[in-house]
Order: sequence, then structure tokens, then C-alpha cells
Amino acid sequence: MGLKSYLSGLFKGFYSLLVGLRVTNSYFFHPSRIVTQQYPENRKTLKMFERFKGEVILVHNENNEHRCTGCGICEMNCPNGSIEIISKMETGEDGKKRKAIDKHIYHLSMCTFCGLCVKSCPSKALAFGNEFEHAVFDRAKLDKVLNKEGSVLMKGVE
Amino acid sequence: MQGVLYDFTGLIQSIDAVFRASMSDLWATVLEYAIIGIIYLVIYALIGLFLVYAERKVCAFIQVRLGPNRVGPKGFFQTIADFIKLLLKENIKIKNADGVLFNLAPFIVIVASFLTFGTVPFAKGLQGIDLNIGVFFIMAVSSMGVVGILLGGWSSNSKYSLIGAMRSGAQIVSYELSVGLSLVTMVILTGTMQLSQIIELQSDGWFIFKGHIPALISLIIMMIAGTAEINRGPFDLAEAESELTAGYHTEYSGIKFAFFYLSEYMNMFVVSALVATVFFGGWMPLHIGSWQAFNHIMDFIPPIIWFILKSFALMYVIMLFKWTFPRLRIDQLLKLEWQYLLPISLFNVLLMAFVVYMKWYF
Amino acid sequence: MAEEFVHLAVAGTEGQDLEINMGPQHPSTHGVMRFVVKLKGEVVESVQPHCGYIHRGIEKMCESLSYPQIIHLTDRMDYLSAHINNEAVCLAVEKALNIEVSDRIKYIRTIIAELNRIASHLLWWSSMCMDMGAVTPYFYAFRDREKILDIFEETTGGRLLYSYNCPGGLMNDIHPNFQKRVKEFIPYFRKSFKEYDELVTGNVIFQNRTMGIGLLTREQAIAYGVTGPAGRGSGFACDVRKRAPYSAYDKVQFNEILYNEGDSFARYKVRMDEMLESLKIIEQLIDNIPEGSYVEKMKAVIKLPEGEYFQQVETARGELVVHIISDGNKTPYRVKFRSPCLSTLSVMDLISRNQKIADLIAIGGSLDLVIPDIDR
Repeated sequence: MGLKSYLSGLFKGFYSLLVGLRVTNSYFFHPSRIVTQQYPENRKTLKMFERFKGEVILVHNENNEHRCTGCGICEMNCPNGSIEIISKMETGEDGKKRKAIDKHIYHLSMCTFCGLCVKSCPSKALAFGNEFEHAVFDRAKLDKVLNKEGSVLMKGVE
Repeated sequence: MQGVLYDFTGLIQSIDAVFRASMSDLWATVLEYAIIGIIYLVIYALIGLFLVYAERKVCAFIQVRLGPNRVGPKGFFQTIADFIKLLLKENIKIKNADGVLFNLAPFIVIVASFLTFGTVPFAKGLQGIDLNIGVFFIMAVSSMGVVGILLGGWSSNSKYSLIGAMRSGAQIVSYELSVGLSLVTMVILTGTMQLSQIIELQSDGWFIFKGHIPALISLIIMMIAGTAEINRGPFDLAEAESELTAGYHTEYSGIKFAFFYLSEYMNMFVVSALVATVFFGGWMPLHIGSWQAFNHIMDFIPPIIWFILKSFALMYVIMLFKWTFPRLRIDQLLKLEWQYLLPISLFNVLLMAFVVYMKWYF
Repeated sequence: MAEEFVHLAVAGTEGQDLEINMGPQHPSTHGVMRFVVKLKGEVVESVQPHCGYIHRGIEKMCESLSYPQIIHLTDRMDYLSAHINNEAVCLAVEKALNIEVSDRIKYIRTIIAELNRIASHLLWWSSMCMDMGAVTPYFYAFRDREKILDIFEETTGGRLLYSYNCPGGLMNDIHPNFQKRVKEFIPYFRKSFKEYDELVTGNVIFQNRTMGIGLLTREQAIAYGVTGPAGRGSGFACDVRKRAPYSAYDKVQFNEILYNEGDSFARYKVRMDEMLESLKIIEQLIDNIPEGSYVEKMKAVIKLPEGEYFQQVETARGELVVHIISDGNKTPYRVKFRSPCLSTLSVMDLISRNQKIADLIAIGGSLDLVIPDIDR
């Protein structure tokens, strides 16, 4: 190849290398640009986004009441059977027998977080919770019962 | 400047006198050799361990992350933990490997690296061996490392380790030419090969300034070829589990692998110490001609600190090469040497000879 | 650093012919794909891919699920363009039911699709550079990708798999911070992009390793159906956003990036330029999102009328086509996804012939294969 192209190729190549070095050099001398978050130490200040899909929960208010009527629509809409509804018959205050929730079983190990259960619940009982630390040693712990102990249906929910 | 921190020759001579006074000459010599050997082994290991940690931290900062920060304060003891882990690993016996050579290869590599380490001038009077062919000795001895690499690849009894070792050997042998020519260029300027003399000659300015253009070209070539010599940076094709070959040290485990690994880092230290000595004055502070006041201020900082700062700055540059650039393919690597670096080095030798002849240097 | 980890399947006996197995496990982010490479010395003779390690039967599963339930499976095909995959099925269902979604839904879908394209190209860039040996771009790209994932997480709740689109519109409205975050992201990314150019694109070592490698002519690209950036790097003008616009693409001005050389570097340049074009599209749309509803009223149980419905979209890797055959029930009779990566994989053998084994990595990286898309 000609001398001119040899030299120009050499200088252009060398200059491109220097430009690259300048970029990484500037990162070394500005350690304030480090983005690592020290995870287990920052648990107290860690705040997830409010819509973050950590797990599915049954919303309980401060009186331990939830809104689930045991209708089973979430079970029908779930694509892979992560929800099992066990309902029982209950006599209400006005003497009528109607369906109520006994156990709302949620298989966290199978859930794909598609959101169809949350969206299709007619009484808006389900929601996504922000808890994301689900690692356990025993797989049975991932089958959760969503309605808490002693919780009752909120008044006025259809 | 006076004081033991600035000039170690007084201290060394007084220790020597104490030994020779209390026992016969022969025993004194043997004792001195033993003490110096042990000190050097310890320093070698310590610097090696520190360098592994430093590389991980430098690499992490370049990559906007933190690096080791759990084991010890700021992760300082990470390398010790890694070293203990390596010691505890099983030394896997390869079935058809050539027993003697397989075990010998890492030792050759580390001995070659250690020999070069012994000639590094740390401060005035603090130098293991001060030969009058210092530069030449370093070149010659570091070539022995190639033998270790080729032996390691061949005796692993694996076709791909052998190919990796041959490629690595070809790479090192080619780039030795550029390193040698670049050092020859500087020897033309200095007129001597003895390292302590080279440093003394820079007491009125470092050679990088005295030798302007040819010294600058020589420095650039030396940095590139030096990185290639030690199988690092963008030239680490032979050991990067890449493409076809698995590298010459795949079959090694435990302490033998640690030897290959450690010698690579120490070679990096020796290359940067050599560049610091020949181009940037070694332990000599920055002096400008005859500006007495400026030189006096510069002399305040002890020479050993100057040396450490310079060699660490150069090691930082070598580390920056590794983490910025993608890898070169083997044919591009060899093409770089034979078509670019070698002709430029030859031209540079002529240029420096001409400059010295015409006395166009400072 | 990590490149392909090589096992010896059959060591060469006489001469130099050799068969190498680039096993299903790779140290980089490619996925599970096995390549059996036949070599003659240093030169590649043929590359045979063995796929199917991550086949999950998505198309068959769709036959037993209702239409809103199909969406969460499409997320997992080409997981780097999850939004665009969701959008494809939603558009097909809406087309079948003759539902016209509001402009707000179209704008939001387009903005989110373009953000997804940028995130996907960032991940491609980082893993291609890592395969070449430069590890730092990986971290820079992921740091920028985190910003996009934060935008998605705030609105949809997911970081990689969203199921945000649903037939009829979107699952929830965009978060009030959405516009602010996107507008902050655009100038930040322009600045980062300049750094990427300086660090990698202009680098002489990188150029020497990718220029002239893996030539794919335009006729071959058309014959094998290689769409997406790989096809556009060979001059095949196949951008679905221009040829058959959907959502809000007919309302924005952008260029279709074409390069004619057909080598790895051209494919690389196409993707880098596409990131800037996506920024342009987002800039044009983000301030003008019209008011309206975020979901149209649909029946509780969606039943498509009998017939075949067809929708093509441009994912980050090429043209994804959704073909739904319905017989009137609430589950489809057959769903077929034409995946872009399968066609791109089919040219891998063709363009690797007579290249050195060391270049196979550059070629694989520039084709940008995501294996779950091949296997579905």
C-alpha cells in the first residue's frame, strides 16, 4: 500500500485509540459516577416503585378486612392455575346463604405476573405487592394463603 | 538530600560492615544473599498480591462499579482470600502429560520473572543487582519466560493447549524485537546500559524530555510492545478461553496456576518499572535543567516515593489498555508488529542516532 | 474474558479436518444454542445449529388459552422486545374484532415500543463488545438500560416481562411521572451515545475485526428472509414501520437506515443508527400524547369471528408476524408466530463459510440472535 495511506491509517487508528482511552480514563477519575447500590445494607431505605410486581396480595385494611367474595373469577382468568379458590357457604347477617372465601391459595412458584387476576377481579380485592425477597429453602413455603387469619369480608362489598 | 530515606547506600554499607566484622567473609556473603533472597521473595509476593487487588479495583472504577469491598476494609484482603482458595485446590494430575516438564513449566516462568525483578532500581542504593549490562540482562532473561510457556502448552498433552502456547510464543518472540529496538534507541541516547548510571544521567531532566521526538516514539512503541510481551490487554488472545484454543495454562490448577497468574502481574510491574527507569528517571525526582529552587522542592519527596508513583502510573496505563480495547486476532496482532511497529522502530533507531550525532538533544 | 467455551466433540484424526462443538452453554448472554462447526485448519467449512433446547411449545399452549391469556406467553418469546411482541397479538385481535383504539393508546404503544427497541439494542451492543473482548461497554450500556427499565417499572411494574398491552388497550394508564422521566432520558442518552461512538465504533481494533467479515448480499438476504437490522445492513429495505405502518408510525417522521456493504460492521452501524432514530420518534411523540381512555370497552369473553388474521410488527430483531386462525371459539384454533431470529439463524452457515474461526464470534454477535425466539 502507498506510503500516504499507510501513514494516514496509522495516525487515524492511533488517534481513535487515544479517544477511547480518554473515555475510560474520565470514568476512573470520577468515582462519583459509580451506580452500584449496596443491596443488603440499604434495605431500610430501599423503596420500590408502587406498581412493582413483587407478588399478588389480597388487600387488607387496618381492621383485617378484605374484599374477596370467593367468586372464583380470578381462578378462571389465571392462565396457568396459580390461584385456587376454596370457598364455603356462609350465612350472612340477613339470613341469606351465600358464598364466602375459605382459602385463597396462591402458588407463587407458578405465577407469571401477567396481571389478569388483578385486572379481572370485580371487587378489586387483589393487588400487586412490593415484596420481592421470596427465596426459600422449602418449596412448600411458596404456596401461600392470601387471606389472613381471622379476616372477614369488608362491609358493603358485593 | 541527606538521611537514610533518601540514600540507602549508607545503611546497606553499615549492615555489611557489621556482618563482616562478626563472622568470616564467606559466611557474611552467604548470610547476606539469604537475607536479600528472603526479602525479595516477600516483596515479590506482596507486590503481586497488591497488584491483583489494584487491578480489580481499577477495572471496577472504570466500569462504574465498586469492585471488591467486603473482605477487609475496602476489600483489601480479597487477594489473600483468593490465594488461600488457590492453595487449597487439588493439583489435578493429567493422565498422559509429561510429568517432569508439566511440573517444571510454571517454575521456569516464575524464575524468569523473578530474575528481572531483582534488577529493578527502587531507590538510590536499593537495587538487587546492578550489572553494567543491566538493560541487556533484562531483555535476555525475560526471554526465558517463553520457554516456560511453550513447555506448559506442550506438556499438557492437549492439542489446543499446544496451539495456544505456540501462538503465545510467536507473539512474545515477535514483540521482543520491538521492545529490544526501543530500548536500543534509548541506550544510544544514554550511552550506557547500567541502570543506576542511566538514572544518574537523568538528574537534570528525564530522558523523555531530553530525547524529545525519538524518545516519545520509543515510549509509545515500548508501551504497546511491552503489553504484548506480557500477554495482556488487547493482546491476550492466547489465554482468553477464546475461539479455538483454550490457552497454555488451562490444564494447570492450584498453586501452579497461581504461578502463571502471579508472574503475569509481576511482569507487568517489571515492564512498567523498566519504562519508568529508562524514560522517566526511575527514582530521580523531576528536575528541570538548572532551576535550583524547583529542583530543591522536588527533592523533598523521597526517591522511593517517586519510583512508586511513576511505576504505578504506568501500570495504570497498561490496565487501561486492557479494559478499553477489544481483543486483536492473532493475524492482526502479528501484522501490527511486523508491518507497523518494527519498521517504525528501525526508523526510530536511525533517527535517534542522527539526533545524537548532531547533538540535537538537551 | 468470556468468549465461546469450546468442548472437543470429535478430535481431528488425520489432516486438519475438525469438528468443534460450541456447546449449549455459553459464558455470554446468548442463550442455549448448540453449533457444530466443521473446520479445515483455521477456516470454517460449515456451521450447523442445533436448536430446540428452550422449546416450550408456546404456539401449542396458546391453543388452550383465551386471547387475553396469550399475551403473557408472547413476552417470553423474544424477551428483549417484550412490549412489541405483546403489541403484535393485541393488534391482531383488535383487527379481527374491528376495534379502533384511541389515539392515546396508539401513541403510548409506539413510545413504549421505541423505548423497548433502544433497551434491546443496548443489550445487543454490550454483549457484542464483550464477545470481542472489550468488557467495559457492557457496564455502560447496562447503566443506561437501567434508566429505561426504571421508566418501564414505574408504569407497568415489570422490568423484563411486562404484559402491559392487552386486547383493547393497556392494562393501566401511564404513571404521572412517565413523560417527565422520558424527557429526562432523551438528552442523557444522546450524551451517552457519543461516548459509545468514541469508545467502540471509531476504534480501529474493532473496525478491523468487523469490517469485511460475514458478507451477506442483498439477494441472499431477500432469499432467506433475513429482516430487521441484519437485512437492512445488506441493503434490503424491509422496515415494517415504513412498509406497513401500524399504531402511530404513520404520524412520525423517521428514516429507514440502510447500509449496502453487508458485513458485520454495516449491521452494527444499522443498529447504532436505529437507536438514534428511535430517540427521534420518541421526541416527536412524547409531548403530544392526546387525552383519552387507556382501554376500550371489550366483552368479558373475547371470541374472534371465524377466519384467519394476520399482523406484522417490527421487533428489535426483525419482522414478527402473528397469524391467528380462529374457528369462533374463545380459544384460537392455531396461532403461528413467524420469528425473525429463525430466518436470521438460517444464514449463519452461509455467511460463515471461508471465514476464520476467530471471526465466528463477530458474525454471531452482529446477527443478534435471541435463542428463545428461535425455539419458542
